[in-house]
Amino acid sequence: MELVVSDLAVERGGLVVLAGVSFRLAAGGALVLRGPNGVGKTTLLRTLAGLQPAVAGSVSVPPESLAYASHADGLKAVLTVTENLAFWAAVYGTGAGAVAGAMQRMNLAALAERRAANLSAGQKRRLGLARLLVTGRPIWVLDEPTVSLDAASVELFAWVLRAHLASGGAALIATHIDLGLPEAEVLELAPFRADGPALAVAGGFDDSFDGAFG
Amino acid sequence: MSIWEYANPKKFMQTSAWALPGLIVLTVVCMAVGLVWGFFFTPDDYKQGSTVKIIYLHVPAAMMAINAWAMMLVTSLIWVVRRHHVSALAAKAAAPIGLTFTLIALATGALWGQPMWGTWWAWDPRLTSFLVLCLFYLGYIALWKAIENPDTAADLTAVLCVVGSVFALLSRYAVNFWNQGLHQGASLSLDKEENVSDVFWQPLVICIAGFVLLFVTLVLVRTRTEIRARRLAALLSRERLA
Amino acid sequence: MIALLLRDLRLSFRAGGGFGLGLAFFLLVAVLVPLGVGPEGGTLAKIAPGILWVGALLACLLSLDRIFALDFEDGSLDLLATAPLPLEGAVAVKAAAHWLVTGLPLTLASPVLGLLLFLPERGYLWLVVSLAIGTPALSIIGAFGAALTVGLKRGGLLLGLLVLPLYVPTLIFGAEVVKRGAAGMEIGTPLAMLAAITAGATALLPFAAAAALRINLR
Repeated sequence: MELVVSDLAVERGGLVVLAGVSFRLAAGGALVLRGPNGVGKTTLLRTLAGLQPAVAGSVSVPPESLAYASHADGLKAVLTVTENLAFWAAVYGTGAGAVAGAMQRMNLAALAERRAANLSAGQKRRLGLARLLVTGRPIWVLDEPTVSLDAASVELFAWVLRAHLASGGAALIATHIDLGLPEAEVLELAPFRADGPALAVAGGFDDSFDGAFG
Repeated sequence: MSIWEYANPKKFMQTSAWALPGLIVLTVVCMAVGLVWGFFFTPDDYKQGSTVKIIYLHVPAAMMAINAWAMMLVTSLIWVVRRHHVSALAAKAAAPIGLTFTLIALATGALWGQPMWGTWWAWDPRLTSFLVLCLFYLGYIALWKAIENPDTAADLTAVLCVVGSVFALLSRYAVNFWNQGLHQGASLSLDKEENVSDVFWQPLVICIAGFVLLFVTLVLVRTRTEIRARRLAALLSRERLA
Repeated sequence: MIALLLRDLRLSFRAGGGFGLGLAFFLLVAVLVPLGVGPEGGTLAKIAPGILWVGALLACLLSLDRIFALDFEDGSLDLLATAPLPLEGAVAVKAAAHWLVTGLPLTLASPVLGLLLFLPERGYLWLVVSLAIGTPALSIIGAFGAALTVGLKRGGLLLGLLVLPLYVPTLIFGAEVVKRGAAGMEIGTPLAMLAAITAGATALLPFAAAAALRINLR
């Protein structure tokens, strides 16, 4: 179980933002993607999650092993904490046991019957992360997981993440905040920023018709 | 040398720049000959009088209204399958032209209907299907306008064009079923005996050829404009990023 | 799949879900038309099939943008697209949920509104049958339109412009069934065509809608 990314280029709005990104993530490992706003962290993660096609390069990952969490939590305000999690457990086929376990570990058990609309921003985030546990997928792809979490919750998140890694999982995390995970590798994305001729989508329209105007 | 070479924007710009002057001259000549012949050198119909002469605008416009949609369907499919941007832009360029032909067909039909049927409008199957076709064009154009990213817009409008074609055909059948109308039968067809007579037929064919040429010319001009607009947008976004 | 259906149903029944809005709109149409047209039974009876079908169609249109827009805004559409559920299936299920909360109630309520519009007695059965067979097509065609416009800020108006032309055949055959039924005529052909549209749309449009969704999520 290994995520291998080689020479990947990703685009946003018709322009290549990152090119030549290569890394590998093995079981038990965590990789933190860093870089300034707009460098393409979210775009890279969405490409890995399969939401958009890569411009170049390849991603190799075992089937049915990724769990993606965007910065929106995808919670339904009028459903309770349990209902929200139970839905994703059903979609991923992991069952009710996973829901109870996830709530226990993300410290949400006391809020089980509360509607998501009445949760604080940090509690919502914890619920969003509990969804990852419910999926039962080994490789987590996380976009800014610790936004709006207080110090105690960041610690809780780090603890849950370590447990996940220890049980053979892996995590790819885009963030610009310190996660309190000294053991995680860090990949700085700024050097992969595409510029110059690589900017236009290679082999794409904008490229080919530059020639039409001399 | 394959036909796909013309999908290369550079090749397309070169070839269309070379072909356009000739096409424009040919279009003007063809339409002038057809229309002048049709309007001034054909006899009046024994039943319809001089109103019959509106067929020289009405029939070609109606034919091209449908053919323009067919061309959009083909170019949309080419975009979906082969990802040639020029093809998507040609579909985008053809839509307002097709809409204009549809409106011309409806307007000339109304002008003819008033003296002949005594009404500007009738819920006749042919008229109604053209009204529905007009709505399809409007929706297609509106979708192009609403989406900012050009590739996303090309993809979504292509999907709409394919699905819309199926529903447009269905509508045609449904409308036929719904009301047997008073529109006369097809003016031109290969298998029917009761075609319009030869005196009307010859200038009509020239007019149709003129409308086809007009359509091709306008599509080329508008596609060139779309390519330039696309290039401009790309340059601007590059500038913003640099 | 069933979990998604249950979730969508639950969401629409809970506060702010909009259940019943379409039904109320349908009722309003049936009340407003006689106010505008006049109370003569003969006229109303004649236009009742058309009014009821147009009313059902507009009531359906009212809630279409909710099919995907809410999920798109809160990010769950992204998560659904990456979940082990084919997006085509998700589209079909969400259209089915839409039908259960709009099309089905409309069908069940239609005889009462037929009463208000003096629908001839023979027409009631065919009114219910045609709506039961035709409204699923409205939901699935609408889901396709909603998928096309999901990423747009003011997609609601555009959605109407895109979807209403696609509704033309369904409307014609649906209203024709009721008209002929009310007049005691043969209804076989339009009913078969209506069923064919529903079957064809249900079989094929989820693929087109899922393709549109993928493009919009890119």
